[in-house]
Amino acid sequence: MERADAVRDRGTDWLAGGGPDHEVVLSTRVRLARNLQGFPFSIRAGVDDRRRVLARVRSAIEGGTSLVEPDLLEMENLDSGQRRLLLERHLVSRDLIGNPDEDAPPGAALVLEGRRALGLMINEEDHLRLQTLLNGLQLVQAWQEVDRLDQELGGTLPYAFHHEFGFLTSCPTNVGTGLRASVLIHLPGLVLTKEIRKVLQGISQVGLTYRGLYGEGSEVVGNFFQISNQTTLGKTEEELIDHLARIVGQVIQYEKQARAILLREAPTVLEDKVGRAYGILSRAYTLPFDEMMNLISGLRLGLTLKLLRTPRVETLNRVMIFGQTAHLERMAGRSLDDADADVHRAAFVRRALAEDEEAARSAGPRRDLDLPGGSDGDDER
Amino acid sequence: MRCDNCGEREAEIHLTQIVDSELTTLHLCSECAGEKGVPTQVGLGSAPLTDFLAQMEKGTSDSALSVEAEACPYCGTTAADFRRTGRLGCSQCWAHFEPKLRALLRRIHGSTQHVGKLYLGAAEEDVGVDADARIGTLRRRLERAIELEDFETAADLRDRIRELESVE
Repeated sequence: MERADAVRDRGTDWLAGGGPDHEVVLSTRVRLARNLQGFPFSIRAGVDDRRRVLARVRSAIEGGTSLVEPDLLEMENLDSGQRRLLLERHLVSRDLIGNPDEDAPPGAALVLEGRRALGLMINEEDHLRLQTLLNGLQLVQAWQEVDRLDQELGGTLPYAFHHEFGFLTSCPTNVGTGLRASVLIHLPGLVLTKEIRKVLQGISQVGLTYRGLYGEGSEVVGNFFQISNQTTLGKTEEELIDHLARIVGQVIQYEKQARAILLREAPTVLEDKVGRAYGILSRAYTLPFDEMMNLISGLRLGLTLKLLRTPRVETLNRVMIFGQTAHLERMAGRSLDDADADVHRAAFVRRALAEDEEAARSAGPRRDLDLPGGSDGDDER
Repeated sequence: MRCDNCGEREAEIHLTQIVDSELTTLHLCSECAGEKGVPTQVGLGSAPLTDFLAQMEKGTSDSALSVEAEACPYCGTTAADFRRTGRLGCSQCWAHFEPKLRALLRRIHGSTQHVGKLYLGAAEEDVGVDADARIGTLRRRLERAIELEDFETAADLRDRIRELESVE
């Protein structure tokens, strides 16, 4: 039913990079969990319940929201490769797409606004998971976007709401506001200066939690961490957002201080690390994903410290997402085993870096004279 | 138990986290934990849901009958189901398991009272409460809204309280 290119470049606009505090923060995500009255939660819902939930939400969306030309993608109408693309872009959860080797869960769907990541998951663990993803640190903006969508959908959909417990959810860890805000943050300075442990310990002590980018638990790849609120009840949404923003603000300051110290005390170590990362990424012929992420961390650090002129931050963001296996398979037009994927990934990264080098060269030598070694604002995009 | 990371040394750090309602446990030796930047003192009180579920297990294992009796009348979820999955089956479960949940919420969130956004459309759909309880809750929220200088919400709340009082 959906077009073959239904997934295309959906939910990727944040990859353009930039945004507030983009030297340290990649993206901001906010989600709200909501359930409909009169239907069992997903864990107890039958196929009919799930289809009826989908139908009600679909008509609420079609009835009009502020979403600009929203599209509803039913997981059952997507092939396994398309579903994995959405997963790699962090637009859906594993719960929503089900096992990629089996049929998709009935009634599971994703609503998206064009290329933006604003929308909702339907029939996830909760009936609705309203969500958005923005570049840089934009907690208030992200909260306002989902809040508005929530206001509109809540006007036509009967939410499950309790006078004391607030918005009811399947898992007690989400009840109340149903709000989970998280910030994807890059902390190579704190890792290199071995301060990270103290910082993470501090985060755990103030009602926040952290995890790695893709891994479970504390599996941290490429010095990327996701910091989010742990509690959802007993505070207003604004208080939760504000608390997270203040703590993240502090972490950003620590990270910047750590980078400044490294640059002052150990410039050669830093230049060597960045240079080696660039060397491997631009010349490797086989590249496992974790290795790529760790090296990209080096390039990202090199760019913000002006040790590198290329690539652009946007290129690094794209490589992080498009360098994953489902995306490589789409480019190759066939499925790839791990060894094949490593070869395709290396080629993709070599090409991306070479293109940016070429673009920088043709932009003219004057920039080199004006700004030796500088990135010349390329990371401002 | 061996360390999940190096597979050689004895695991000493057991890191349990609930993130986006996913429960994960990582067993690490102190050296790998240090390398991975895991704060080694975490653990105590960091997983209220698992602690609580374990406690429920203890409390009910000696009386299997009470588990059956406790099934939610709407969706059939039992305390044992909840213990196993950590998920409730429907919004009525919240009323059915209320006393137990209240204790759990206090441990997870440090509170049982929602003070965030109101769902104004929910007036008739509130789960099993009488008007008095609802008015009491609204009054608490009103105080909170005034405290936070959120006068728009405060006005909404005042209207709802008046509405409920006039019905009585």
